[in-house]
Amino acid sequence: MTKKLLDTVFDAPVGRRTFLKGAAATAALPALGALGGTAMAQEAVELTYWAWTPGDPEMVAAFMKAYPNIKINYQNVGQGGPHYQKLRDALTAGSGIPDVAQMEFNSIPSFKALNALADMGTAGANDIKDKFVDWTWKSVSDGDKVYGIPWDSGPMGLLYREDVFSKSGLSAAPETWDEYAEAAMKIAKDSPGSYITDFVGSADAGWVAGVLWQKGWRPFHLDGTNISIKLNDQIAKDWAAYWQKLIDAKAVDTAPAWTADWFAGFDSGKYASWVCAAWSPVLMISAMKTSVGKWRAAKMPQWKKGDYVISNWGGSTFATMAATQHLKEATQFAMWMGGNLETAKYWNQKQYLFPVVKDVLNDPAVLDYKFDFYGGQQVNKIFAEAEAHVDPSFEFAPFQDYVNTHIQDEFAASIGGNGTLADAFDRVQDAIVAYAKDQGYTVT
Amino acid sequence: MQLAEMAATTATTGARPRHSSGTWGRRLAPYLFLLPFLILFVAFLIVPLLYALDLSLWKKALVGGTRFVGIENYQKAFVDAKFWAGVLTLVKFALMQIPVMLGLALLFALILDSGVVYLKGFFRVSFFIPYAVPTVIAALLWGYLYSPVSGPAAQIATALGWPKPDFLNPSTILPSIANIATWEYMGYNMIIYFAALQAIPQDLEEASTVDGAGAFAHAIYVKLPLIVPTILVTIIFSIIGSLQLFSEPYLLINIARTVINSSFTPNIYAYTQSFIGQQYNYAAAISFLLGAVTAVISYVFMLATSRRSAR
Repeated sequence: MTKKLLDTVFDAPVGRRTFLKGAAATAALPALGALGGTAMAQEAVELTYWAWTPGDPEMVAAFMKAYPNIKINYQNVGQGGPHYQKLRDALTAGSGIPDVAQMEFNSIPSFKALNALADMGTAGANDIKDKFVDWTWKSVSDGDKVYGIPWDSGPMGLLYREDVFSKSGLSAAPETWDEYAEAAMKIAKDSPGSYITDFVGSADAGWVAGVLWQKGWRPFHLDGTNISIKLNDQIAKDWAAYWQKLIDAKAVDTAPAWTADWFAGFDSGKYASWVCAAWSPVLMISAMKTSVGKWRAAKMPQWKKGDYVISNWGGSTFATMAATQHLKEATQFAMWMGGNLETAKYWNQKQYLFPVVKDVLNDPAVLDYKFDFYGGQQVNKIFAEAEAHVDPSFEFAPFQDYVNTHIQDEFAASIGGNGTLADAFDRVQDAIVAYAKDQGYTVT
Repeated sequence: MQLAEMAATTATTGARPRHSSGTWGRRLAPYLFLLPFLILFVAFLIVPLLYALDLSLWKKALVGGTRFVGIENYQKAFVDAKFWAGVLTLVKFALMQIPVMLGLALLFALILDSGVVYLKGFFRVSFFIPYAVPTVIAALLWGYLYSPVSGPAAQIATALGWPKPDFLNPSTILPSIANIATWEYMGYNMIIYFAALQAIPQDLEEASTVDGAGAFAHAIYVKLPLIVPTILVTIIFSIIGSLQLFSEPYLLINIARTVINSSFTPNIYAYTQSFIGQQYNYAAAISFLLGAVTAVISYVFMLATSRRSAR
């Protein structure tokens, strides 16, 4: 009753405008049949596009130059969390939904569950699938259905302080997680006040998922409305025990991540390494002030010597919303933003996004670039090689944000003294199973 | 009404229609003046309240859509341990924060009112300024001051070789947040007290001086009892404000992740449930339950104080 009242009070003008737009589109259809494609050129199509990546305005302008019959209204409604919140609010309200939106890989299942994403496969997106690194395309598609055009990715790796490592006689990066733990103990002993790293589980569940993905953790599998939830399996427990041991030995820190103090810790040598993603090397260059030249990059530590298993942390796509009135044009825009070679080069060279387009990734100018910050190392080569070893079989939950909040809360509780990390996984499992059932899923 | 009509008849000698329009105009006038307030009040308070009430009676799930559930959300919220843990946290918070804040406000108001200080206007404004600082800025500012690495307290302690103070562990987080809230709202309450004190007639002071009371005795025995009703009002406002606590802890989450979680206060919990858990209906029920808890606590307080003052 009140909702209806609100709708009439507040949505009337919008509703009418949408209706008129729809009417215009239907009126244009017969004309299109008669005159062919040229009719479209006269009637400019307007698309709304939500994203937060720097450089968007430039690329939107370049697109409109190339496609004069499509007008893009670019809006930055917030970065990450706030962006998805506003998107969900618009979907709940049923109005004000953008045509195209930035969508990180791990958010795709959540918005698919809301039936919010359009299938771009029906509008020709599969034509460019071979341009992209295989695992990225697999992550955005389901057979011929395409829910996002890959934008950038985050194959994982290791950044470390050569100076702190060599103080403990460590001349090379640890190849395995066992070696990493040994190095942690040595650094804690030889350099008081330094830690091999900060355990960021209580602040960044995205990192937790990324690192556990490498170990073979597959917590969710969705099949229609059936979902299997195995957050606290043996893989998670082993992983929890690994970090718990280092935390208890005070060989890793547990300070909050992503704060000014945290970055200062990397700069001062308090933290000697960061298990991170392909977008991290450039981030570190911009965030560090004094440790220039002391950093090195290496392959992500492996659970078994000689293995080459890599996971992904972060990265975005361009998704079109199911509510769009112009799927064809929206798909054209998404394909151009992600797949056009010049655009892809721009994202990499000017905005330092890690490429997902093969031609950019294999470009010698990218691969061979020597970073002074990393002592002249060809850092991109390491991450490009890692990109080829990402196992795409990881599935995120259709309510990943909620899972992330619980992981962070329970890890925080464990670090604060309420049980171990392994206990935290049990608590998360219970909460998420209850939530999934409450949301109408059949939990198996 | 008869009086008004008589007055109107004697005042106007004009024809009947004009006479009646005059009464109408007079009767309508107050409502016309109230209209801007009423429109905003209904649009931004009553309608959202009804909307939230409506929301709280439904349940929208990711699978299966929306269905009417009546009081089910309330039943669930009523036994939700996370909700009550948040309420308990805030009761502790209120018990430590409100006495300190209002005590300081009263002290400063009495000092300013006593006339013993110069630059009265300057002090009045400086105490009030924190209230004008947006909560977001205040929390960022205090986040820096509390920082265990770059904060001034930590740096001074390091320079002197003392152990670093930890403002953000489980036992210090509430006093730390209480400190921010006190800094923010002390000046606001002080202004309210100051205004009440200024309204006390001057002749009372002359009378108590004649009776041999000094400034201190005058403040305690004459001024304080006279502004008790004002103090009670500020306590009620503070209780309500405390139970609504959201911004300060929410903005400190990033630097105090191990102590502030997504259900630290009922409002943070409702926020998480709706905007991250997509349980808008349940969050609406939590909000109404919090409203009920606030009403009960405020009512109990009023009952207790009115009995005491009646005695």
